[in-house]
Amino acid sequence: MTTTSTPGSTTTSTAGEGPAAPRQEAGEGARRRRGTTVLVTAVLAVVTAYFLLPVYWVVVAATKSTQDLFGTNGFWFSARPQLLSNLGAVFTYDGGIFVRWLLNSLLYAGLGAVLATYFAAAAGYALAKYDFRGRGLVQALVLGGVLVPGTATALPLFLLFSQMGLANTYWGVLVPSLVSPFGVFLVQVYARATVPDSMVEAARLDGAGELRIFHVFALRALAPALVTVLLFQVVGIWNNYFLPLVMLADQRLYPVTLGLTAWRSQVDRLPEFYQLTTAGVLVSVVPLAIAMLVLQRYWRGGLTEGAVKD
Amino acid sequence: MAPFLLLFALTFVAPVLYAVGQSFTRVTREGLFGQAGASSGFAGFENYARALSDGGFAASVGRVLLFGVVQVTVMIVAATVLALLLESASARWPGFFRTAYFLPYGIPGVIATILWSFLYVPGISPVLGLLAAVGIDLDPLAPSTVLWSIANIVTWAYTGYNMLIIVAQLKSIPKELYEAARVDGAGPLRIARSLQLPLVRPALVLATVFSIIGTLQLFAEPQVLQAVSPAISNDYTPNLAAYNSAFNYNDYGVASAQAVLIALAAFVLSAVFLGLTNRGRR
Repeated sequence: MTTTSTPGSTTTSTAGEGPAAPRQEAGEGARRRRGTTVLVTAVLAVVTAYFLLPVYWVVVAATKSTQDLFGTNGFWFSARPQLLSNLGAVFTYDGGIFVRWLLNSLLYAGLGAVLATYFAAAAGYALAKYDFRGRGLVQALVLGGVLVPGTATALPLFLLFSQMGLANTYWGVLVPSLVSPFGVFLVQVYARATVPDSMVEAARLDGAGELRIFHVFALRALAPALVTVLLFQVVGIWNNYFLPLVMLADQRLYPVTLGLTAWRSQVDRLPEFYQLTTAGVLVSVVPLAIAMLVLQRYWRGGLTEGAVKD
Repeated sequence: MAPFLLLFALTFVAPVLYAVGQSFTRVTREGLFGQAGASSGFAGFENYARALSDGGFAASVGRVLLFGVVQVTVMIVAATVLALLLESASARWPGFFRTAYFLPYGIPGVIATILWSFLYVPGISPVLGLLAAVGIDLDPLAPSTVLWSIANIVTWAYTGYNMLIIVAQLKSIPKELYEAARVDGAGPLRIARSLQLPLVRPALVLATVFSIIGTLQLFAEPQVLQAVSPAISNDYTPNLAAYNSAFNYNDYGVASAQAVLIALAAFVLSAVFLGLTNRGRR
């Protein structure tokens, strides 16, 4: 980053070009650049406030009693903070159902994403490296799968699954999560570019089976793309609301998103749900926020490699 | 390959076929309360006709189109401007700002909506309190404003994500191009217009297509806000309408027809947009 700081210049930030004494050309330019820097930084800071404010608010709100939530300034902590008792209420309410929701979310997103990535790798690799009948059709269907929104298939999926007895079970949410058309698409593009045919041929000559070639060589070469697929799938499943809403009736199978909405919808009748909901939101947001910050760099790298092709 | 195809068939191809089939099916119930069982028959385009002639569904389509035109435009423009500002030489602490903007993307849409729903309720919301103190009385949950309150949530959640896509593309521009432009005497604005914007075009197209698909699927935000805003009807968005046809009216035929229509619309809109931008480039 080329930040232009001119040592010794004590000028203020306003990029005024008043009829003051003539200055040196370079000083004028540096001064204007510094003005731009301050202006740009100010704009960026204001925008930051917009993005961080709701998160800040929930941190504050989670420390309050319902009474203080209405009675005190929303931007600052009340005189009687009770974060611990709020958190305690969240984790113990209804026999600790919140913990169960968290574990459900972990199960759906974790197991679902890992398996989905593995299947996407296999399918994408096969599409890229093997010539077989119907390949064009499969490719077209996968592309269709990328473009058709998930919510459009959730409803018929429920009708189908309820006839198969899978609705309102863990399978009802887990099975659809195993499929990532976008992942297949990405892996296919990536495999074509990074897994050389000659390497596959060489491995075959050495007597390696097709499955072994895939597991030992291809998976390693595909690793960067697979990280991206995995991340997308984790976030996708974790954020998915429509599918579990349609599929699940039993509260004990809910992921945390669904559980919190159930709490939120009760605040009108039972005000203590305000505390449960705000503290519950805090608990579910903080780990995600940390994960986001850590994973941000991987995210950025992977996305453009396959998806944005000029 | 085989396991994926099997699952893909089960979770994607089958539901699509099933939905299409269901959308052409009429269910007639026997007996006074349907207790004598139901029989189904071919209904032709009856369900589609009912879905389309239903004023509520048509209105919801118009609503998300209006929403899409405004929200997607605002968001993509904001994301582009932020990306350009962050990547400009004048920005300080770009890493910090980038992370701050991206943070909301890590929060699931439902949770973000719950969060904002508190900020929309008078009495709890410090923002509304602040606005009222300076004489602006805003009710984000009123019939005339609630659509834009939803737009605000969506913008809040996805601007940073789109910005990162654009930033990634900006970073791939070779340094020599910037130098050449500067030697030619181009200022920052000129560089943005003539050099950076054309080169991030593929990223912009991608982000826009994803946003269009997202807009059509709008569901979680209005569904959650329904609890606090009576202005949101059961058919406020197409997806909400389909959900209610299925679960409140048990009319799976119409619900399927609506789902098929939404999918088709997403498909056509993305295809048209991709087509337009590709032609523009040639």
